[in-house]
Amino acid sequence: MSTVAKTPHEIQPVRAFDVQKVRRDFPILHQKVHGKPLVYLDNAATTQKPLPVIEAIEHYYRHDNSNIHRGVHTLSERATEHYENVREAARKFLNAASTKEVIFVRGTTEAINLVAQSYGRKNVGSGDEVVITAMEHHSNIVPWQLLCEEKGAKLRVAPINDRGELLLEEFEKLLNPKTKIVAIAHLSNALGTINPVREMIRMAHAHNIPVLVDGAQAAPRLQVDVQALDCDFYALSSHKLYGPTGIGILYGKTKLLEAMPPWQGGGDMIASVTFEKTVYNRLPYKFEAGTPNIADTIGLGAAIEYLNHLGLDEIERHEADLLAYATKSVESIPGVRVVGTAREKAGVLSFVMDEIHPHDIGTILDSEGIAIRTGHHCAQPVMQRFNIPATARASFGLYNTREEIDTLVAGIHKVQEVMG
Amino acid sequence: MSEQLRELYQEVILEHSKKPRNFRVLETANHQAEGYNPLCGDHFTIYLDVKDGAISDIGFQGSGCAISKASASMMTQMLKGRTTQEAEDTFTKFHDLVTGHAGGDGQDLGKLAVFAGVSEFPLRVKCATLAWHALRAALRGEQQAISTE
Repeated sequence: MSTVAKTPHEIQPVRAFDVQKVRRDFPILHQKVHGKPLVYLDNAATTQKPLPVIEAIEHYYRHDNSNIHRGVHTLSERATEHYENVREAARKFLNAASTKEVIFVRGTTEAINLVAQSYGRKNVGSGDEVVITAMEHHSNIVPWQLLCEEKGAKLRVAPINDRGELLLEEFEKLLNPKTKIVAIAHLSNALGTINPVREMIRMAHAHNIPVLVDGAQAAPRLQVDVQALDCDFYALSSHKLYGPTGIGILYGKTKLLEAMPPWQGGGDMIASVTFEKTVYNRLPYKFEAGTPNIADTIGLGAAIEYLNHLGLDEIERHEADLLAYATKSVESIPGVRVVGTAREKAGVLSFVMDEIHPHDIGTILDSEGIAIRTGHHCAQPVMQRFNIPATARASFGLYNTREEIDTLVAGIHKVQEVMG
Repeated sequence: MSEQLRELYQEVILEHSKKPRNFRVLETANHQAEGYNPLCGDHFTIYLDVKDGAISDIGFQGSGCAISKASASMMTQMLKGRTTQEAEDTFTKFHDLVTGHAGGDGQDLGKLAVFAGVSEFPLRVKCATLAWHALRAALRGEQQAISTE
């Protein structure tokens, strides 16, 4: 270890962020599981929802429910206004140049599929290449595999080192005139690695290659500025951002989106339809066919407002403290090994235990009220890279505390005791 | 420790998971099949040497959690020398036991009754039955890897 050894308690806690006050906003946290207070450490899978989100959805259904962009009646106008206000809030949240660049989709997976099927099918041909990294989630692998299979293109994978860091030079070597798009995770869900996306985008742009960034894990943990990154596409999910499931965002640069064909056909995405010819609607509606998920979009708006209110920088600092504390604490347990030790990390602590399968760890921790994820985390190639079948993964959210990490550590000792 | 957890991780189960029996590739195998749980990555191959309608030898290879490994190990112990029909019947009884179905009290399952505790952990039923599904596929000569999903 190159870092100066500190015991966990010597790391200074963040004082500005009142986590106990924040916890009161999340009703679900205040329950017992198997008779023990719930310790929810599965935030990379999905986050819990604060009261303002729950109440915004309920308020919408109680008072404003109506279809949008259609009726001239009051409820429709109100629903449309709320819906479009969220687009503006999302634009600000990502610092996009225009609301035209903010497309509502079901989630990160759908956002990536949209780009693969629309941009990809138009621009990737036989013999071309798509570049991803070795730490991608299945949702940033499979859509590109489908595309490559259809087009006779090749999927190329930038390797990572034993710490779980991308080999930037190897990545750069993969870029060539045949490369038509690069798709990379901002933050790895299985390892917690923060990729140097800005540098990667600069490298790709030097070859005129557009870059999609999978921001599912980064959006709730890091401040994202799509213009500063200069990414061409950015995908994220509301449910990992303390918002509801079933809604997400695809950011895309106007110029690219305008040149892309629609992905799905239906209502809302058209300007006019005859049997001879359909004229597509302008951005962003061209990519929003059918009645959208209005209620959850409004829930997402409440989540963004909530995060703005707390301050993304405060959240980032609080979670950095938790990760540092958890890493020190878990690493110091004999027989436990952390998987993913990148120098730039956030939010995620994957570990394995000698002779004990992650599945057994998960069951025993659950009996202590601790929720973690066990398995391959939809990143089987990452598991293969580290030659392990699975890991146990604790992932942190803005409402987690050092005391909960102490409970996790006690739980891990319990696992060792039970499994002998 | 909770009573349920103690029931699940009984001494005999832990012992088998650490020192699995018949944990080997069977050179004489004339039936074999793979079992795979894509959710957790557990993966086993079952090898059978079937002669005159009976399992004359049995082995397994692979990796998985304590429950899946112990279940595979104890299954091989239990079924060596049994007829294929007895193996099929044992599959059904074992399945009833771990899913908590009526009549599944494990009375005639011998040592396998220690898996009764699994029924309190619905998410772990697939662990306990993975090797058994592979066994059945091997008996029936199914070629494709058996998936729990």
